Amino acid sequence: MKNKFVQAILVIAFGSALITSCKPKSSGDAVSGDAAEKAYVAPGKYDEFYNFVSGGFSGQLSVYGLPSGRLFRVIPVFSVDPEKGWGYSEETKPMLNTSHGFVPWDDLHHTEMSQTNGEVDGRWVFGNANNTPRIARIDLKTFKTAEIIELPNSGGNHSSPFITENTEYVVAGTRFSVPADYSNGDVPINTYKENYKGHISFVSVDKTSGEMDLAFQILTPGVNFDLSHAGKGKSHGWFFFSCYNTEQANTLLEVNASQRDKDFIMAVNWKKAEEYIKAGKGKKQKVKYAHNTWNEHTHTAKSEMKDEVLVLDASELKDICYMIPCPKSPHGCDVDPTGEFIVGSGKLAALIPVFSFDKLQSAIKNKTFEGDYGGIPVVKYEAALHGEVQKPGLGPLHTEFDGKGNAYTTFFVSSEVVKWDIKTLKVLDRVPTYYSVGHLCIPGGDSKKPFGKYLIAYNKITKDRYLPTGPELAQSAQIFDISGDKMKLILDFPTIGEPHYAQAAPADLIRNNGQLKFYKLDDNKHPFATKGEKEAKVVREGNKVHVYMTSIRSHFAPDNIEGVFLGDEVYFHVTNLEQDWDVPHGFAIKGANNGELLIMPGETTTLKWIPDRVGTYPFYCTDFCSALHQEMQGYIRVSPKGSNVPLQFSLGTNLPATK
Amino acid sequence: METSKISLVSKIFLFIISCLFLGSLFVPMWQIDLDAPQYPEGLVLKLYANKIGGDVEIINGLNHYIGMATLHTENFIEFKILPYIIGAFSLISLGLIFLNNRKFVLAFFATFVLFVILAGVDFYRWNYEYGHNLDPNAAIKVPGMAYQPPLIGYKQLLNFGAYSVPDIGGWMLIIAGTLLFYIVFKGFNLFKRKQNI
Ligand SMILES: [Cu+2]
Repeated sequence: MKNKFVQAILVIAFGSALITSCKPKSSGDAVSGDAAEKAYVAPGKYDEFYNFVSGGFSGQLSVYGLPSGRLFRVIPVFSVDPEKGWGYSEETKPMLNTSHGFVPWDDLHHTEMSQTNGEVDGRWVFGNANNTPRIARIDLKTFKTAEIIELPNSGGNHSSPFITENTEYVVAGTRFSVPADYSNGDVPINTYKENYKGHISFVSVDKTSGEMDLAFQILTPGVNFDLSHAGKGKSHGWFFFSCYNTEQANTLLEVNASQRDKDFIMAVNWKKAEEYIKAGKGKKQKVKYAHNTWNEHTHTAKSEMKDEVLVLDASELKDICYMIPCPKSPHGCDVDPTGEFIVGSGKLAALIPVFSFDKLQSAIKNKTFEGDYGGIPVVKYEAALHGEVQKPGLGPLHTEFDGKGNAYTTFFVSSEVVKWDIKTLKVLDRVPTYYSVGHLCIPGGDSKKPFGKYLIAYNKITKDRYLPTGPELAQSAQIFDISGDKMKLILDFPTIGEPHYAQAAPADLIRNNGQLKFYKLDDNKHPFATKGEKEAKVVREGNKVHVYMTSIRSHFAPDNIEGVFLGDEVYFHVTNLEQDWDVPHGFAIKGANNGELLIMPGETTTLKWIPDRVGTYPFYCTDFCSALHQEMQGYIRVSPKGSNVPLQFSLGTNLPATK
Repeated sequence: METSKISLVSKIFLFIISCLFLGSLFVPMWQIDLDAPQYPEGLVLKLYANKIGGDVEIINGLNHYIGMATLHTENFIEFKILPYIIGAFSLISLGLIFLNNRKFVLAFFATFVLFVILAGVDFYRWNYEYGHNLDPNAAIKVPGMAYQPPLIGYKQLLNFGAYSVPDIGGWMLIIAGTLLFYIVFKGFNLFKRKQNI
């Protein structure tokens, strides 16, 4: 078996040499004369598309314009972000709560936009947390993370958060199979084959509110689930997951999980699973996971701990899951716009297998199986196969579609994007990328209706592309014009974090979707809201001091506070009284151990501050809000515990001095 | 007296005029548009017969830099009496149809013209008041600068360009005035012509 591994390496090395020899001498050669024109969006003009790009280890989601590549915004999702006070303000802290407590970071790999009838609808973007398994929903009315749900029985949440064609479900397949949370996990690691299990989570999404709920999980043999995509059109009701480590190795996976010629694509009939759930075939299992929701009216998150999940056993219920053999260590698992073709990308394979949904159905009907895997029927490879793309490149990873019958696959090892015909499986065009491309995105490229004008490749390496920045360089995205027969590189630009997957939608679909400009003060139901300067006050409750503060250009009310003692916990509840688009205020105080606040117009946000010494502390606005922004400041006096300074506050008038 | 009667066309016009007066009560009469680099979407003050509308809160917020008093509907007696005046105009127009006397129409036209002049003077007075009566402690003081918006037309006020123009209600009043003028003018002519025949 070792022999095969060596062979694979040789193939890679030889193939790389081949590809290298026909690569343009300078990367600049790949750009044609009119490229700049095609990527140029004049100052003051809008881009055609929004591009939502995952931030990998940054835990954030970035928003770019296409085709300009301009960065508009970085949305904190799983990582605390002092720029926006995310995870620092009292209201946002519950969003990062998990069954392990406050987890202030995660590894966001994939983004997925909500769909209606298989088309991008511009309402929400979902994102996965790979580290402490979670799924987030980002609301595109506010460009803010509105919900985060944790996933039990999972270790690594990689094949996530892919969705069904009406956003019925967002799925999440565990990357690491692990002993289930409801079993004893204190077992020898080398008992992987007996004790480790996979769980696929189906998270339902409410049609109107978007609220997520962990509907059920499917128990599978212990393998690694890598990526997935939902069926659409004729294959609606099915989900496809790529699996690797079907060898069930638990050590040195780079060798031990690369042994078999074929791993699997697991096809899941989720409509059937729903029937079994209705028929009461699900087992309730004790688990523990957090469900965090953001309330738009109270501007406050709530974290709820849940303790039960419904689990269906795929080895008992034989017709939920089927394994399709797929060469070799499949990574990407992509379904074409018609829903008929499923592209499996074996990252160590030298070809791309394309499966047919119709053929899969007849294979299942005729029981054309070659055995079973952990109790799950394995369909015969040829029985499900539409055909193979021959010699496409090296290290195929991901495929997207242009809606005109073409597929575009990225090749990590040979650093290129290859265009091929889905029906004839002929290679039509190839372009180099700089370098080591992972995912790619065509606006709407994994939906029923791709917009198909641009293709963006997300690269892991950028050596020699930009000015160097020490040992670590920027990751990058590259935009190709795919409107003609040949792909044309028109722009590359650096990205935040490591970009994995991305989604894009026409600009108007999102900006005309009821976007919020400010929070109406009248609708502010925050329990500590202060709706006018006259209501501003400071209230002591034991050793807690609540400051009901307002901010408006260009002052805080109150701006002089006295009578706070060492040992007090001070809560600044700041309400931004502005009712005007794009006039946030900030709030920061000297010595704060957590962060600052960034308060949107009409919003209330709370900073907890524990003074550590006696003295007078300045606070000020951190967001340049007006001509008198620098004057937007105040003082709070902290006296020794037990001193007799009365609690008082003022704005504009000096109170009689107290000692 | 036969000769003082008004034509059927004029009666129809009077009915329309009555409707225009009534209708103008429900839409803004006047608008002051403010444009600044930071407000590409523009800010607008809408003056209704009975209230100030539009982005009043935002404009009030901005005015404090230059020490201009804030605008509040309740500080203007005008918004209490204007609806009655215009309402009365509407009723009078209707009444004139039945009175059927062109002299009364002429008198009403004169009253309306007087009203427009007085309203203009009053509007100018308020603009002057707001533009000149500034808080001596204001943050921004530009020597010799006043912030009086134009009575009608365009004027640059620091970073803001201000356009003061009639809104739908204003245009309705203008049309009403024009029709009144037409009735009065044509009333004379028609009468004369009729006599000749
Ligand atoms: Cu400020």
